[in-house]
Amino acid sequence: MTFILKMAWRDSRASRKRLLLFSLSVVLGIAALVAIGSFTVNLKQAIDEQAKGLLGADLVVSSRTEFSAPVLEYLAGIDGEQSRTREFSSMLVFQSANDATRLVQVRAVEANFPFFGEFEAVPAEAPAELRTGKQVVILEETLLTQFGVKVGDPVKLGQAVFTIAGALKKVPGETAAISTFAPRAFIPFGTLEATGLADRESITRHRVLVKLPAGRDAEIIEREMRARFLGERLQFSTVAERKRNLGAALTNIEGFLNLVGFVALFLGAIGVASAIHVYVRQKINTVAVLRCLGASAWQSFAVYVVQGLALGVFGAVLGAGLGLGLQLLLPVLLKDMLPFDVNFFISWAAVGRGMGAGLVICFLFTLLPLLAVRRVSPLVALRSAFIERTGAATDPWRLILGVVIIAAVTTFATWQARDWKIGVGFTVALAVGFGVLAGLAQLVAWAARKFVPRGLPYVVRQGIANLHRPNNRTVLLLLALGLGTFLILTLYLTRTTLLNQIDLAGEGSRPNLVFFDIQDDQIEPFTALAAKNGAPLMQSAPIVTMKIASLKGRPLEEIMRRRQQSAEPPATEPGAAEPPRAENRRDGPRVSRGMLNREYRSTYRSKITGSERVVAGTFEGKVAPGVAVVPISVEEGLLRDLQIGLGDEIEWDVQGVPLRTKVTSVRAVEWRRLESNFFVVFPEGAIEAAPKTFVAALRTAKPEDSARIQREMVAAFPNVSAIDLALILQALDGIFSKVAFVIQFMALFTVLTGVIVLVGAVLNGRYQRVRETVLLRTLGATRRQLVQIQLVEYAILGVLAAVVGGVLSIGGNALVAHFVFKMTPATPPLLILGAVATAAAVTVVTGLLTSRGVTDHPPLEILRQET
Amino acid sequence: MSVESILKVERLTKDYRTAAGPLTVLKEVSFDLVAGASLAIVGPSGSGKTTLLGLCAGLDRASGGTVTLAGSELGALDEDGRARVRNAHVGFVFQNFQLIPTLTALENVLVPLELRGEGGAAVEAEATALLGRVGLGARCDHYPVQLSGGEQQRVALARAFMNRPKILFCDEPTGNLDGDTAAAMVELVFGLNREKGTTLVLVTHDLDLAKKCGRIIRLRSGAVVSDEVVLPANHANERELGDSES
Repeated sequence: MTFILKMAWRDSRASRKRLLLFSLSVVLGIAALVAIGSFTVNLKQAIDEQAKGLLGADLVVSSRTEFSAPVLEYLAGIDGEQSRTREFSSMLVFQSANDATRLVQVRAVEANFPFFGEFEAVPAEAPAELRTGKQVVILEETLLTQFGVKVGDPVKLGQAVFTIAGALKKVPGETAAISTFAPRAFIPFGTLEATGLADRESITRHRVLVKLPAGRDAEIIEREMRARFLGERLQFSTVAERKRNLGAALTNIEGFLNLVGFVALFLGAIGVASAIHVYVRQKINTVAVLRCLGASAWQSFAVYVVQGLALGVFGAVLGAGLGLGLQLLLPVLLKDMLPFDVNFFISWAAVGRGMGAGLVICFLFTLLPLLAVRRVSPLVALRSAFIERTGAATDPWRLILGVVIIAAVTTFATWQARDWKIGVGFTVALAVGFGVLAGLAQLVAWAARKFVPRGLPYVVRQGIANLHRPNNRTVLLLLALGLGTFLILTLYLTRTTLLNQIDLAGEGSRPNLVFFDIQDDQIEPFTALAAKNGAPLMQSAPIVTMKIASLKGRPLEEIMRRRQQSAEPPATEPGAAEPPRAENRRDGPRVSRGMLNREYRSTYRSKITGSERVVAGTFEGKVAPGVAVVPISVEEGLLRDLQIGLGDEIEWDVQGVPLRTKVTSVRAVEWRRLESNFFVVFPEGAIEAAPKTFVAALRTAKPEDSARIQREMVAAFPNVSAIDLALILQALDGIFSKVAFVIQFMALFTVLTGVIVLVGAVLNGRYQRVRETVLLRTLGATRRQLVQIQLVEYAILGVLAAVVGGVLSIGGNALVAHFVFKMTPATPPLLILGAVATAAAVTVVTGLLTSRGVTDHPPLEILRQET
Repeated sequence: MSVESILKVERLTKDYRTAAGPLTVLKEVSFDLVAGASLAIVGPSGSGKTTLLGLCAGLDRASGGTVTLAGSELGALDEDGRARVRNAHVGFVFQNFQLIPTLTALENVLVPLELRGEGGAAVEAEATALLGRVGLGARCDHYPVQLSGGEQQRVALARAFMNRPKILFCDEPTGNLDGDTAAAMVELVFGLNREKGTTLVLVTHDLDLAKKCGRIIRLRSGAVVSDEVVLPANHANERELGDSES
């Protein structure tokens, strides 16, 4: 053992810098795993510590409609404190900013809001002022900067004028991202009446926050209320549920980010394996001499295994250190997405897991080329021709190690994703990418040998010949560059796919301003005012709110009861547990509670619009008044979610009036067009008499027009709200950018690892090629010729790897778009071409930069240094 | 003085498989060498000299016949078993020196004993003395790349004697050296051989060098064409050993 350690140390002398460079390949992958792992532990602890603050109460009961008397009575019977809130969207007029308007989420809260957690604003006394019940408002901080208003300025909400008390900093359980589409405005509950918006026909969420006395279990109350008020469409949130949801979301995000980190580690491990492969080939003579002097195969093997292990340990320690530094940075990156504060501490278990995973993967990949050491014949010391006989194609240990590596990668991916299908899918995707690139490398080497025209200039022929000659870098560079391009470009394309789902509002002649909550008696003057302002309505649609009363002849209450029973049979009706379960199995997967309970905002019209098409049945645009069963058209996704088909009946509760309908057509809707699209469309002649509001869309030529028209409309119709689609697009892009930034930040690890692997590969090639380069130099090759030879080689490899990586990424993006987002993939040719060109250019430049020393110095000097 | 066989070769054959069928590079070679003797194997290029040396030292497996080295039948041993025999009984000097480039001269010399787990100040002193004996006492900490060809070969010679071998195999030990350096090297090889009482097996093209050995085996096309005993004045002490063979 002493000999092995001594020899490993001494033998590494001349190559320690190189070995350290190899180890850098895995540093970033390990850093990513350690940072994500340790940060997730921080997050989990923060969730545990701040659990109550996540909700602001022990239990929150909410409803889309006013709570019924029995519900209010039940709530009154619960011990502890309660606090009511009401939430809806409305337009806010900034009087001190030239009457500019903005859609906001109004939160009317009682004085005791919230029970737990911090409600923070600037100035700090603003929440206290709000609690006094004065006509003051706390606004989202962005609104103050956007409209140039300050504390003390007046704003108008509905018919009431409020004074700005402060800028919102933090509310329990809500992230800053929640305000992206519509900023929040907190007002005292008692001022709601004055706004005139309290009883309007619009989406309002009523909530009761409950603070329970010690010993009362919120989840028991939730179960009781669910059972007792089945038809009330109540929604519940408890601290435990919030924790579970957050924990699950966190686990998914952690799994995803870890997989991204693992890709970097995997790429690095390939780099290490390739580098060690070259390293071992240079050590064959040393091994042969040791074997001549009496070293056993195991001893010689162990010398290099020790070096490989040391390399892995160094990489792991460096990676862990870097990872902990990165961990400090993550809360800053994720600031807007976190609903709570996170305290930094090192989770040694996470550090151990990251280092362990890195070390194991690195070591396994190192072993693969090292196995060849066992088979080095001592005869090599006598005849170098025997070197070629160390080829390990027939070594059974290689096969075994290959299986172990595949198992390790699959296990790790499954462990991270908590889903064996994703784990296997990830491994298969990597294997396919790997296989395609390795196959391509073989093909390129073969083609380079077979099809090089003799008429080509010498430097070109030499450059092409480098692709297939012994010690070529074709496989390594194609793998490293191709996989790197594939992974990074897939991330970019996925982002483009997501953003492409929304047509730009500024394009073409589509509407860019949508007004909603226009009352029945307002639609005519509204239309006239719009026309007067030079922006006539392009679309308007009536909206009738309704709920499902029965599906396929089964009343909603019965469906809900059976759901309830099958979910918790022992607690409620132990005797009735089995039959509903059996029936449930017959029915297949359950329809979600949300789909059954939700309020449907449907329309009626005589024909379909440009953003939809009928995919089954016949659209019926008109019915005679009083028809018993109304033919309706349902959007295909909803049809799937409700588990119904063409010809099935739905009975609706149209604001108290039952209405039987039958699905006679199914529509595919292009939701990505930000237009007034609907899940359910009725024919004309069926629901006109029901209470309704209108949504109207128009197009303004310039952003200034948009602000002016919004101002005019809101002044004339205070209850009407407007959505500026340009702002929505901006907001969506903002969210995507934030998410994409985090993903790209992680992808950066893969990119940097790719560059390190590339530099390592090129440097290795330099060690391999130095003798022939020097020989060419000695024979009179000019620096220019040597550079040209390398340029040809790197250009071919770079372009091929980038093209194949690009093609693979188009496939990867298509799969992600289809299976994950269920969208049409975007394949912007310019982006792909640009990425491919960049990858190729990076290869050539890196190649030439890392090779430059060889051509700049006298041949003998280089030979003495490099050998 | 008892006469002990250190190397016994019987009907040794080596074939290689080639695309054109089996290629026999050694055909039924037999000889026996007693401890302390010196043997030169000569012959033109491709005659099988290096193959024979490799087989005798247990660096390769024979296709037929046997090699018994220091009492161990090499064919019966696995790769590691043969390595142990080499470590215990064999020293090597190669035409291209074969020093480990990453080790200093002293460390190169130490390798054979360190492989056995031996080390420490005494062993280092012995290695330093050996380097002194070959004239490189002041170059202990130099790496091979910092030494001339002749110096490297002298380090290789010191390394070959470090494990006090019973038999020393030399493959063209002067093949890469100029005339004066080669002559100095020959002096050292034979001098140390005498001092340490080691058996010497030498592969060479150089007939003058071969004649310094007590016995010469000539190979052609893998077969022994002659096996002669040389009786120069400087082999007086070997004469009786040579006489006792046959």
